[in-house]
Amino acid sequence: MSASLTLVVLMAIMYGTGVYVMLERSLTRILIGFLLVGNATNLLIFLMSGRAGSAPIVPGGEVAADTVDPLPQVLMLTAIVINFGVTAFILALIYRSWWLSNLGDEGDDVMSDEEKEEAIEAENADELQASLESDDTAVLEVLDEDEDHGDDDGPPATPEPSERERDVMR
Amino acid sequence: MILALLTFAGLVALTPLLTRILSTRVFYLLAVLPAGVFVYTLTQTATVLGGGAVTESVPWIPQLGIAFAFRVDTLAWLLALIVTGVGALVLVYCARYFSPSEPQLGRFATVLLAFAGVMYGLVTADDIYVMFMFWEITSVLSYLLIGHYTGRKESRGAALQALLVTTFGGLAMLVGIVLLTAEAGTTSIASLVADPPAGSGVVTTAVMLILAGALSKSALVPFHFWLPAAMAAPTPVSAYLHAAAMVKAGIYLVARFAPGYADTPGWIPVLVSLGVLTMLLGAWRSLRQNDLKLLLAYGTVSQLGFLTVVVGFGTRDTALAGATLLLAHALFKATLFLVVGIVDHDEGTRDLRELSGLGRRRPALAAIAIVAAASMAGVPPLLGFVAKEAVLTSLLEAADAWGWAALIGIALGSILTVAYSARFLWGAFATKPLPDEVEHHSAHHAPDPLILIAPAFLALATLALGILSPLISPFLESYADTIPTEPGSHGVYHLALWHGLEPALGISAAIIAAGLGLFALRKPFARFQRSLPHVFDAARDYIRIVRSVDALAARVTLFAQKGGLPQYIGTILLVVVLCLGAATAFNRTWPESIVLWDYPAQLFVAAAMAVAAVLAARATHRLAAVLLVGATGFGMVVLFAYHGAPDLALTQALVETVTLVVFMLVLRRLPTKIAQHNKPVRRGRRVVIGVLVGVTMGLVGIVALGAREAGTLTDELARLSYELGHGENIVNVMLVDIRAWDTMNELSVLIVVATGVASLIFVTGRNASIPRLRESRARRQGIARTRIVDDPHTADEAPAERQHSWLLGGRTLAPENRSLILEVLVRLIFHPAIVVSIFLLFAGHNMPGGGFAGGVLAGLALIARYLAGGRYELGETLPIGPGVLLGTGMLLATGTAVGSLFLGADVLTSAYFSAEVPVLGYISFGTSTIFDVGVYLVVIGVVLDIIRALGGEVDRQQAEAGDAAPEGSGDEHTDARDTGAVPVATTAPVNAETPATTSGGRR
Repeated sequence: MSASLTLVVLMAIMYGTGVYVMLERSLTRILIGFLLVGNATNLLIFLMSGRAGSAPIVPGGEVAADTVDPLPQVLMLTAIVINFGVTAFILALIYRSWWLSNLGDEGDDVMSDEEKEEAIEAENADELQASLESDDTAVLEVLDEDEDHGDDDGPPATPEPSERERDVMR
Repeated sequence: MILALLTFAGLVALTPLLTRILSTRVFYLLAVLPAGVFVYTLTQTATVLGGGAVTESVPWIPQLGIAFAFRVDTLAWLLALIVTGVGALVLVYCARYFSPSEPQLGRFATVLLAFAGVMYGLVTADDIYVMFMFWEITSVLSYLLIGHYTGRKESRGAALQALLVTTFGGLAMLVGIVLLTAEAGTTSIASLVADPPAGSGVVTTAVMLILAGALSKSALVPFHFWLPAAMAAPTPVSAYLHAAAMVKAGIYLVARFAPGYADTPGWIPVLVSLGVLTMLLGAWRSLRQNDLKLLLAYGTVSQLGFLTVVVGFGTRDTALAGATLLLAHALFKATLFLVVGIVDHDEGTRDLRELSGLGRRRPALAAIAIVAAASMAGVPPLLGFVAKEAVLTSLLEAADAWGWAALIGIALGSILTVAYSARFLWGAFATKPLPDEVEHHSAHHAPDPLILIAPAFLALATLALGILSPLISPFLESYADTIPTEPGSHGVYHLALWHGLEPALGISAAIIAAGLGLFALRKPFARFQRSLPHVFDAARDYIRIVRSVDALAARVTLFAQKGGLPQYIGTILLVVVLCLGAATAFNRTWPESIVLWDYPAQLFVAAAMAVAAVLAARATHRLAAVLLVGATGFGMVVLFAYHGAPDLALTQALVETVTLVVFMLVLRRLPTKIAQHNKPVRRGRRVVIGVLVGVTMGLVGIVALGAREAGTLTDELARLSYELGHGENIVNVMLVDIRAWDTMNELSVLIVVATGVASLIFVTGRNASIPRLRESRARRQGIARTRIVDDPHTADEAPAERQHSWLLGGRTLAPENRSLILEVLVRLIFHPAIVVSIFLLFAGHNMPGGGFAGGVLAGLALIARYLAGGRYELGETLPIGPGVLLGTGMLLATGTAVGSLFLGADVLTSAYFSAEVPVLGYISFGTSTIFDVGVYLVVIGVVLDIIRALGGEVDRQQAEAGDAAPEGSGDEHTDARDTGAVPVATTAPVNAETPATTSGGRR
């Protein structure tokens, strides 16, 4: 197989620029990057069919010698339509987030404030941890309390409510 | 067996409903099932007794050799009887234990019944992976049952502890199982035991890992702490799961593997030392408990250690003793828990310091408890005594170092057992002086005789089986006989109450005497216990370990997941660069030749595209960026067209046009400039990543071309599509026939996408209504021809017109937004466009075109109508919802797929009807054409959905916002307003750019 250097370089440029834009925080930019990377990927698949040739249409079943490999084309046709669908979906996302925030540019955003979000996450994690910890401590307390620490067979310092009482069964 | 499990599954599914109808009486009904399986298992007795086994098997994952294989031999038979018998009795007990007002009764009943079924599956499964599956399900169900009182902290904590500890062991076990089955080449437990793989490091490791799972499940040191904590569960659960059934799973596994693996290095030392340690520790702590239930729980820990030592020891006689002890323990410990439940139920307390005189008031209950506790202590003539005799004799026979160690440990543990058994009876039933303050606890509830059924039954079994032990001996011996007796041993042991004056009898007597003595001296002994420090506190270690894991996880998350989406994508891309880059760096395949360009025009097109891509990346205006990206897309069209890909060129051109229009529709509402609030940051880093990715992908492209060794399939595909697919356009035939599965999946994706878009924009549902002119309905009724329209926003402004307008919906637009030329053009071109789209659809089989291209073209025609006439025009043009189109399209596609099945062919097989038709000539019509029509309809549906959402609905929302803030109006792309302003209303759905793209779409 041989390659056309022009197409390879073009593909590399589209990948590079696409990734560059995609790494931004604006949803519109991410979409632009997505489109560029999408086209670049189509080009990559396209490259695999080799040099240019005649279309894979075979009148009367006669295959011309320079017919292009149809397989990459089939894959790409699917990819083009799916790309379109995803683009529309991201556009709807952009519109929706803008509409929700209704504050112009701020809605067009992946996240509002990095530091704030981090703090909230850390807080949530702490809360969860604290709640799990208190559950475990409760287990220990129950087990420890029941262990005989006081006088031999004497009455408990504070009568423990029983399982029954705590649930008020009947 | 499989039928029994399926019945369990069915009844479990019905239980919530049944509970709603029957309330607590549902437990009687549920008990019938385990009781039935108990009887069924009894019918297998004859086979099992002869040393045979009942087997069933249904393939599950044949590639891995995994099957739903079940096998009932003696050990499984014994366990199945215990599990179903105790299960049925505990369910009967539940009917009286719970009151109808118990919260979450349905869930409890469901989970408990499911547990019984799963436990039955666990002990009868022969495939080790199926066994493991049941094993893990019991852990989950146990979690749900321990955590039954969800409102209590200690319940939740205990449930989680049990789950974490047992699943940790389960994971270790899974690794062990995988190692062992890979080494042995079979997943059948019976074959694994009968024919163990030759001893090696791998086998030893595997066995140790499996033991870790078994020991964690059976609450042995150092995992023992979860079992006392699990007493937070309702008492029936403690009796069933944590005495008779689930904790026995570990013992069962040890017993199962002992015949084949007891000589594995480390097996005896690990089991004997941990078992003895657990027995002593559990009994020691049991003596310190004041809560009767916890006393029993630590007693269970102790007994599980005892059982592990005996069943793991691996001689024929210890196996017999172990099986007997297993049965005895299940019977007496379940009884004792049920008794504690009744005491708690009636007296309102389980604290032995608050109970007094119960033995006098409840003689029947006391009698039951005495039988069970005496069996636990090993008093004749009960089953516990028979078992203990067998244990002592068999260990004396073994007469090696570990045998002596086990014997001494068990004797010491048994002394403590006798002491805590006596303390239990004394604490629950004796008459003791009570301080006045706790008087109120007495006689909470009237005794309920029915609740005694289950414990009485179990106590009776303990007594009867003890006396009749010579009769049950042959049954249990058929398991023990799977272990060959060593030469020179004292003959084979049989269960009996009286073996003559043997050493074991003397030891038993000494143990009981010493235990009673210890009980008599309980006050000084308790003082002695208190004077010792806590030496072994696994529960606190557990908490420490779990905390540090939590903290580590939180730190890792904070470290790895900051920076938002850009960092995630960046990380992913860097990994791509590293992996692909490394792979290409070591590559030695390069293309045969590299040409600069295929044809000179390629260079110019590529250069233009590259410039557009770079500019798109730098553009700050939304519109500019979108147009530049569009330029690269149209550049692709040219490349495709020159390269021999007319289908691609056609589809790409149409799709690119639709994309641009849709972009415009959304952009008209967004601020002109991108990212006002999110200024681009870390530019240098992004440039580096971008360049790296670009270079890597370029290299990958070249290397991949060079690496391609096989020639193309073009000739073969051409033959297939012409001869079998009846089409000359290979690409289209592949889409609708050769690779039709792919296309069908793609259609599903498109439908999901369309639904996603619609639900993001139409918040309340896209099918609510299709905007129509009121007039069009009136016209159908033949009343009026020109009247007002529905739209409240434009009705006042738009003058009522006569019928001779070019587009019906046009009049709903404000006059300044209307373009007569556009309306005329659209009116003239719409129908030809639809005809062309249908032509593309049908011609696609032999020429460039097909369902995709045709569908997008039809979609474009609809878009043109919308652009010229507004959203009402869209409703007038196509008065059906996109859902209908999507559904019909998918139905056609799947219909052809499924239809071929009915005709006995494979999915998606196509059939053809050929005929000579006047005008059109020779026509070959195939089912694949119907498939293509499906594609066509789905694509139109998708475009329609998108245009209705991002076009029509956005117009409506804009008009609403315009009502709220009418100060801003006008074309937003020429409007240099500040960012951050309230959304500006424009009443025009068409702006300066869109007509241009429309005309582009009419090609």
